[in-house]
Amino acid sequence: MLRYTLKRLISLVLSLAVASLVIFAVIEIAPGDPALFMLGVNAQPDTLAALRTELGLDASKPDRYLAWVGGMLQGDFGTSYTYRTPVAGMIADRLWVSLPLTIYALVISILLAFPAGIYAASRRGKMGDAAMMGTTQLGVAIPNFWFAMMLVLVFAVNLRWFNAGGFPGWDKGVWTGLHALTLPAIALALPQASILARVMRSALLDVLGEDFMRTARAKGLSRGQALWRHGLRNALIPVLTIIGLQVSFLLAGAIIIEQVFYLPGLGRLIFQSINSRDLIVVESVVMLLVFVVITVNFLVDLAYALVDPRLRTRT
Amino acid sequence: MGIFDSRSVKLAGALVAGLWWSTAHAQSDITIALQLEPPHLDPTSAAAQAIDSVLYTNVFEGLTRFMGDGSIVPGLAESWEISDDGKTYTFKLREGVSFHDGAPMSAEDVKFSLDRARAEDSANAQKALFDGIAEVTVLDPLTVQVTLANPNGSLLFNLAWGDAVIVSEASIADIKTNPVGTGAYKFAEWVQGDRIELTRNDAYWGDAPALESATFKFISDPTAAFAAVMAEDVDVFDNFPAPENLPQFEADPRFQVLVGSNEGETILSTNNKQPPFDDIRVRQAIAHAIDRQAIIDGAMFGYGTPIGSHFAPHHPAYVDLTGNSAFDPEKSKALLAEAGMADGFETTLHLPPPSYARRGGEIVAAQLAEVGITAEIINVEWAQWLESVFKGKNFGLTIVSHTEPMDIGIYARPDYYFQYDNPEFQTLMETLNTTTDPAERDALLKQAQQIIAEDYVNGFLFQWAKLSVAKAGVQGLWADAPTAAIDLTSISWSE
Repeated sequence: MLRYTLKRLISLVLSLAVASLVIFAVIEIAPGDPALFMLGVNAQPDTLAALRTELGLDASKPDRYLAWVGGMLQGDFGTSYTYRTPVAGMIADRLWVSLPLTIYALVISILLAFPAGIYAASRRGKMGDAAMMGTTQLGVAIPNFWFAMMLVLVFAVNLRWFNAGGFPGWDKGVWTGLHALTLPAIALALPQASILARVMRSALLDVLGEDFMRTARAKGLSRGQALWRHGLRNALIPVLTIIGLQVSFLLAGAIIIEQVFYLPGLGRLIFQSINSRDLIVVESVVMLLVFVVITVNFLVDLAYALVDPRLRTRT
Repeated sequence: MGIFDSRSVKLAGALVAGLWWSTAHAQSDITIALQLEPPHLDPTSAAAQAIDSVLYTNVFEGLTRFMGDGSIVPGLAESWEISDDGKTYTFKLREGVSFHDGAPMSAEDVKFSLDRARAEDSANAQKALFDGIAEVTVLDPLTVQVTLANPNGSLLFNLAWGDAVIVSEASIADIKTNPVGTGAYKFAEWVQGDRIELTRNDAYWGDAPALESATFKFISDPTAAFAAVMAEDVDVFDNFPAPENLPQFEADPRFQVLVGSNEGETILSTNNKQPPFDDIRVRQAIAHAIDRQAIIDGAMFGYGTPIGSHFAPHHPAYVDLTGNSAFDPEKSKALLAEAGMADGFETTLHLPPPSYARRGGEIVAAQLAEVGITAEIINVEWAQWLESVFKGKNFGLTIVSHTEPMDIGIYARPDYYFQYDNPEFQTLMETLNTTTDPAERDALLKQAQQIIAEDYVNGFLFQWAKLSVAKAGVQGLWADAPTAAIDLTSISWSE
């Protein structure tokens, strides 16, 4: 187990090192000069040069790469070119919107998907199943920005139950914050819930064909009881894998929803930073997301090994 | 019979209700939406207009200032004297002005601000505004003298820009996140990505403004902008990004639509050094191939004024030269044939993100195709546009709105991206810079418009209209935009 863990750990560190190199290279290659963007069309060459020096852009690329990576190892993500505030603080601020939004959307998604998936599996081939699968097909197909706009038109513009967008901040109260995140969370949750419901249904149907389910029915449990006591637990494994994937997607993938609802989240930060060529912010945010995904994968690898002893010896 | 009959009871009830209504609704705050968020809060070290929109005249003030009609009036300088040779300006500062941190504003701060802007390591995006200044001298705490190398007729205009506001040395280190000025509003809070809040400065030297506080919100998506106004989440949307929605707001009694002029000459910029555009006949052919009204109708939904040169129609020295480049495809084809391009040619058309460029570009490309010119559309982001078009001069045609006020001087810079190099025009601009008599200046400006129109330097399309939407009760908004600004001191609620 120790050897396996060590191997996974080395692979984790290597992945991160390669990722940092790729991220830096790709983002630095993109045409566009942050100093020119800041100073605009009337900037004089000496002013541009002064700003480049101030931002540290006149150093060579390898030096800047090493400075960036070295800083991150010490927990210093650098200073934003445009905002001139520490990137770590900016990311933390944005996480206070993006993380709750992700969790909120995930909770809605699970609350919708579990009952829908179980219901469809239990009514396999009947009208209820067909209706449920049709609905989820629609949920997957509808673009979420369009759905978001419809939500805004109905609930913000016409009914006036919600604001059309924006985030007042958690200091205005938890309820106010959650209220502001409700429409975006629903817009994000719908396609995820549709996917999850379909996975839930097929996982349950797979399990229903297993021997132990037949045994459960044979010892006198009803179809519903067998599903509830034995089927659900075993069907959860693929469902949890999907939920894990959805977390990282929701965390960074909410760019469009954050634009539609003008929320100050991580996605909008990336969007703004790319536009203004605030390279250090883009690099650090992307690196952070890569770090999260790779670390989660590492933990999942370890968890698999704990569950399945064969993995430990095979490697 | 009681003392009060039912009618007077009703009347009294209505009066009380009316009184309650007016007190309950005497709104003293306002929420203003902008499309772009300021990158930081220092108007003296960035080109972003959003910084000025939030801070100009509200938080920071200069020696002189723009009014909504474009006139220049005294700001922190109460008055000034100009020496007979036009080289020395002696500014008398207002008494009793203090910065938001309590420190008094004095001639030392003026010297510090101007010297900082024109210093060698200055990060001022409009450093050229201060080019002619040779020395800034403090005569006494309320008198400051600005000495010029040569007379400069634009100095008072230049000092009114947001890039020339007076800052204090004590707070300069943190100006980007915590701006400290002399204005009627103090900076309160910035939630990055969401909003900036300003509150009234009770120690302000001038008249106390009506609003107690203002919140600026940043909504970049045009659809989200529409929803935010319709849901009444915002009271004002400055420079509303979707002109196609304006008729709907106009028809709705809850809103007012403000259509004003601004300083944005929208042009089909042409690379004058790149063949075949180095041939004036080709440039003239392009000018005659373009139907301006079709572009204004199609891209701007009718908002915009045709222009025939690089000059704002609301300026007193404006000359209407649109006839010089009237829509005439036959003439255009004849000119191309004369230039040896009877079969047309291929070029590129770089389009930055704003809808005037993307939508306008499609129409321009279609119009050019009618006379045989194939313009390949290349959509670019602003950062790319600056890098490859503006700096790299790697383009044939591009559409862009030049929003700086009075910027005809860019045609005197041969290294400017459209690379127009005409010594006659350059001499004219030098004469203009040293001319202080307003009538003479106007005559020179008219001549300048004429020269670039007749040289067909660029395709002159239209003067961009400033479009804003506000709730019906908002008064005192600037309709025109002589500079990027949302002057809170003039705004109030009508209820």
